[in-house]
Amino acid sequence: MFTVLSFMFAGIAIGYLLRNKKIRFIHWVITTLIWLLLFLLGLEVGANETIVRQFGKLGFEAFLLAGGATLGSVVFAWILWLAVRNKTVKA
Amino acid sequence: MKGSLIILSFFATGLLLGIFRWLPAEILHLNFSFYVLCALMFAVGISIGNDPNSLRQFRSLNPRFIFLPLMTVAGTFLGVVAVSFFLKNRSMTDCLSVGAGFGYYSLSSILITQYKGVELGTIALLSNIFREVITLLLAPWMVKYFGKLSPISAGGATTMDTTFPVIVRNSGKDYSILSIYHGLVMDLSVPFFVTFFCSL
Repeated sequence: MFTVLSFMFAGIAIGYLLRNKKIRFIHWVITTLIWLLLFLLGLEVGANETIVRQFGKLGFEAFLLAGGATLGSVVFAWILWLAVRNKTVKA
Repeated sequence: MKGSLIILSFFATGLLLGIFRWLPAEILHLNFSFYVLCALMFAVGISIGNDPNSLRQFRSLNPRFIFLPLMTVAGTFLGVVAVSFFLKNRSMTDCLSVGAGFGYYSLSSILITQYKGVELGTIALLSNIFREVITLLLAPWMVKYFGKLSPISAGGATTMDTTFPVIVRNSGKDYSILSIYHGLVMDLSVPFFVTFFCSL
C-alpha cells in the first residue's frame, strides 16, 4: 500500500532536484495516466456483474456521502467566516 | 466542467467495453492498473517538487484564512461520519476514505480501488463527482446563506481548477488566492488521508 506513496515522494525529490529545469510536459503525462486509469476502472466495474447489478444503489450511497461531506464543510467554513468577521468588526 | 466530461467518458467507455466483454478479461488480471498508478503518483510528485512558485504565492494570503483547509477536513469528516450511521453495510472508515477524496475523484477512486476494491472505488468516483457538481450548481446559494468561504470548502481539492471560476464569480476576486491555496493543500492531503483510512 505504501509503495504508491513512496513513488510520490521519489517524484517530489526528483522534481525538486530538477527545479531549475521546468518539466512542462508533466501535466500532460498526469492527465493521460488519469484517463487510462479511469478507463481501466470502468472496464473493471463493467466486467463485474455484481456491481453492474447494484449500480443504482451504489450511486445513491455515493450521493448521500457527497451530500454529507459538502454540507459538513459548508457549515464549518461558515463558522470560520463568522469568527473572522466578528474579529474584523471589533478591530 | 469539460475536463470532468472527458474523464467521465473514459470511465463510461471502459464500463461499456467491460459490460459487453468487448475486451479480453485477461487485462484485468495482470494488475496493470497498479503499475499505471505508481507511474501516476511518480508524475504527481514531480509536478509538486518542480513548482517552487506554488509556495511563494502563499505570502499574500490573509493569515486568518490559513485554517480554512482544516475546517474543510473537519466538516467533511463529520458530515461523512453522520452519513455512515445511515449506511449500515458500510464501515465508518470506508465512508471516511470516500470523503477523503474531497472532490478529487480521479485520484481518490483509483487509490480506493487499489486498496479496497472496485465497489468502494466506484462509490468514491461517483461521490466525489457529485461533490464537484453540487459545488458548481449551488455556489451562489452557499455564498448567500453561509458566507464567502463556503463554496471554497465545498469545492474541496477542486478549488484551484474546476470549481475555481465559479468561486471567483460568487465569492469575489479577493478570494482567488485563498481558493488556489485551499485547492493545493487539499490536493496534497488526498493521497495521505485516503491511504490512512484505507489502512485502518
